Amino acid sequence: MASRDHILAALRRHAPPAVTAPDLAGLGVTFADPVAQLALSVVAVGGACVRVADLAAADAAVAALPQAAAARRVVSLVPGVGRPTLDLADVADPHTLADLDLAIVPGELAVAENAAVWVEGRALPHRAVFVITDHLVLVVHARDVVHHMHEAYERLAGRPRGYGLFISGPSKTADIEQVLVVGAQGARTCTVVVVGGAATE
Amino acid sequence: MAEGHPEAAARFVADDERLHWHDQAVWWVRQKRDTASAAVADWEALRTAAAGIKRHALSRLAEYLAEFEQNATAMGARVHWARDAAEHNAIVHGLLAERGVTRLVKSKSMLTEECKLNPYLEARGIDVVDTDLGERIVQLAKEPPSHIVMPAIHRKKEEIGELFHIHLKTERGLADPTRLTEAARHHLRDRFLAADAGLTGVNFAVAETGAVVVCTNEGNADMGTSLPLLHIACMGIEKIVPRERDLGVFLRLLARSATGQPITTYTTHFSGPRAGGELHIVIVDNGRSDTLGREALRDSLACIRCGACMNTCPVYRRSGGHSYRYTVPGPIGSVLAPQRDPGQYATLPFASTLCGSCADVCPVRIDLHHQLLALRQDLAHKRLVSWQKRLVLRIAAMVLAWSGAYRLAGWLARRVLPRMPRWLLYVRWNVWGRQRELPAMPRHSFRAQYRRRRGKS
Repeated sequence: MASRDHILAALRRHAPPAVTAPDLAGLGVTFADPVAQLALSVVAVGGACVRVADLAAADAAVAALPQAAAARRVVSLVPGVGRPTLDLADVADPHTLADLDLAIVPGELAVAENAAVWVEGRALPHRAVFVITDHLVLVVHARDVVHHMHEAYERLAGRPRGYGLFISGPSKTADIEQVLVVGAQGARTCTVVVVGGAATE
Repeated sequence: MAEGHPEAAARFVADDERLHWHDQAVWWVRQKRDTASAAVADWEALRTAAAGIKRHALSRLAEYLAEFEQNATAMGARVHWARDAAEHNAIVHGLLAERGVTRLVKSKSMLTEECKLNPYLEARGIDVVDTDLGERIVQLAKEPPSHIVMPAIHRKKEEIGELFHIHLKTERGLADPTRLTEAARHHLRDRFLAADAGLTGVNFAVAETGAVVVCTNEGNADMGTSLPLLHIACMGIEKIVPRERDLGVFLRLLARSATGQPITTYTTHFSGPRAGGELHIVIVDNGRSDTLGREALRDSLACIRCGACMNTCPVYRRSGGHSYRYTVPGPIGSVLAPQRDPGQYATLPFASTLCGSCADVCPVRIDLHHQLLALRQDLAHKRLVSWQKRLVLRIAAMVLAWSGAYRLAGWLARRVLPRMPRWLLYVRWNVWGRQRELPAMPRHSFRAQYRRRRGKS
């Protein structure tokens, strides 16, 4: 604890005059149709976006994905969507998920401005699921699509504290001569399925 | 005295083709940042808000760090404090040694580069694998990153292909980025699955919730922390943001400023360990509390490490990251390095034209060129600037302060310079003239021309 007290004392000694925190009200850009904007944003970050009327239609849309048709090891954390081949409740060690082909994961909310989908830690029996899988499907309700990040954090403020993350598109890198390559360490594809709202399909 | 930026940069610019290739590669990233920021209507308001949050946090840093520690601990994390690099490295090694860890996977952390953690752990028998693709490339090449966001931006794909051929057994001559990345994916996947512990940096530490937020595009931080049971997160004291909602501001700025993306692929909020696992957070000072006490340089602690100042800097683009010989290159590195060791990094604040482009793109509005100027003055006071430069500036100060000397200098320049032979004008000691031509001298001084024209009107 000596180092802790030493550091904190040095910071107090060197503290600049008090500066008040800025007001964040009014930040953020809104869209006429946030769900339509979300679809554009998802494509822009290398993902795919599908709009469906209900969970049954979501299931059909996932089944129609080529990566789902080819998948042999599948987990679904969205009841009624996908054809799971294993139950995460039976998985003790996440290392055994190394050959996972497809994971279907619920999103708490999706952000129109940047395609970020919030995945709540409590929904994940293993944290590895969304990143170790070859293909990822995120299922989010149209009513949970927000305009921007400020609105997203307003919505998240009330949740119980814990692990969670934003996912925006598939894993990617441009570390070799700035050439964008999708499928770096994590999921090679990311499909966002938006359920409900003004879906026409 | 250690080699300075001019000598190291001279080697880089000797390869003219590579210099222009590097310049264009980095400039392209700057252009992507421009496109992304121009598409955000409230961009300038966002920068102002980000600057305001950081300055507020810095004014109450001790309080917020204590709050962070309390909340992180309440969520089940263990918080450690390190005064300097040596203590940081000892803490990390202690955690690994106690648990018998021999294989560590790391995601990007400039702090651990600063602390030279990798060689410290390797000397103690721990296998350390950097898992960000760019970092893995430079690790295999046994060299430091040349950019904080794109560590291997200085490497051509053919060179990476050769490295992978040697270390990853890919076919000779392979230079396709997609296939090289796929090879790295398989190589790193094996390392993730075999790892005993994962170490990450920290982009933001939220005082209000005790969460550490880590941003990656590849997902390597998530792979490295969700397979092994031990997660160590290393952060500088300046990573604190007071409230969770402050993240909304920074996450809108960070990736757009860095690469032109609207947000990174993965933005993970680590709040407590996973079931059966451990989360250790190491909070490091290593000179930062001194910076807080220096008014002219304090704002450098607001940096969120987006790299935009490097991408826009005409000197960085044309001299490469390695010429700075510090963990963080470019304008922000030139501000940070001399604070760490003024003697070793005395040339860095001069590796700038003071054009101010860095301050224009900085998402947290750090007045980088003013800080570089303040550091130059500081270094001159400490006599860490070459005697030639000091002498020239002393003469210049005299000439500018005394109108008689100024007029005489002007007369000499107009009358004598045009008559001097080239070999004498561009003599070896005229460093300025090595890449430059003197302008043609006017026949009359400005003063004379002004007087004559006023007389006419």
